Amino acid sequence: MNISGDDFIRGCSAIGAGLALIAGIGPGVGQGIAAGHAASAVGRNPGAKSDVTSTMLLGQAVAETTGLYGLLVAMLLLFVKPLLK
Amino acid sequence: MFNYPVLLSGDVDFMIKGIFSYNCFGNEVWITTTHVCTLIVMLLLIVFALFANRAVKKANTDEAPGTFLNIVELLIDFLDGIVNSVMGKNAAKFANYIFTLFLFIFLSNISGLMGLRPPTADYGVTFPMGVITFGLITFNKFKHQKVSGVIKGLCDPWVFWIPINLIGDFAVPISLSLRLFANVLSGTVMMALYYGLLPIFVKIGIPSFLHIYFDLFSGAIQTYVFCMLTMTYVSDAIGAE
Repeated sequence: MNISGDDFIRGCSAIGAGLALIAGIGPGVGQGIAAGHAASAVGRNPGAKSDVTSTMLLGQAVAETTGLYGLLVAMLLLFVKPLLK
Repeated sequence: MFNYPVLLSGDVDFMIKGIFSYNCFGNEVWITTTHVCTLIVMLLLIVFALFANRAVKKANTDEAPGTFLNIVELLIDFLDGIVNSVMGKNAAKFANYIFTLFLFIFLSNISGLMGLRPPTADYGVTFPMGVITFGLITFNKFKHQKVSGVIKGLCDPWVFWIPINLIGDFAVPISLSLRLFANVLSGTVMMALYYGLLPIFVKIGIPSFLHIYFDLFSGAIQTYVFCMLTMTYVSDAIGAE
């Protein structure tokens, strides 16, 4: 079987896209830690529930950014195919 | 089913598509899905604003407000509360901008519910919003901290930190816009994959919870985060005084 150069690059791009999504581990762990601490904070001080929730959501959304960069790299590799040009 | 490029359906298909092109001073300019969806969102907002304006003007203080007026008041109260809690005494100056941003981003994000491709899933829409925020930050920095304060802030711990501080400043609009863009895009891609690859589930109404998560929940959170970060950065730039 002959594999042309373009096909090889496409396959490698798909593998690279899969590898890029390993970046999702970090935000997952980080968001889980943030949610856990927020839960314990609400347990200690139930009156501050709304403040704790909004702070937690803001922090989680910022922590998510690195994972989204991984997603963007995967998207670029799969659909824009920068390596093929 | 619909085969119009604005709608999200059929094959796995979530890319931006050109609808028609025209010549503008020798350049080929494409009108794309994003333009059409943005126009629809704007139209909805304008109609809502007109009705809200009429309802507020006609409001009679002697009797209880009607349903629509109640909803408008709820919305304004909620947004006022957010802006006031973050910006304090500067709230009045920025409330209008934040309201506009909030309504536009929120309606754009949830326009996936209406079958549109969300306009915020296009980097060309979110990046200008990031740039506007950057302009606001820089303008307010120069206005309230004066040039000496800006220079002092640039070489914060030490003079050689200038490049790092500059990179930090310029990363703000990029990370702000990329966060919104990537979140909405991931939702759009997931919905397109679901619709394209599992058509049997679509017929029995399963995708509703996915819509609720990816469009409503994620969209609302990202709207909140974008507005919150904009307000935080701007009030940081204004400083304590």
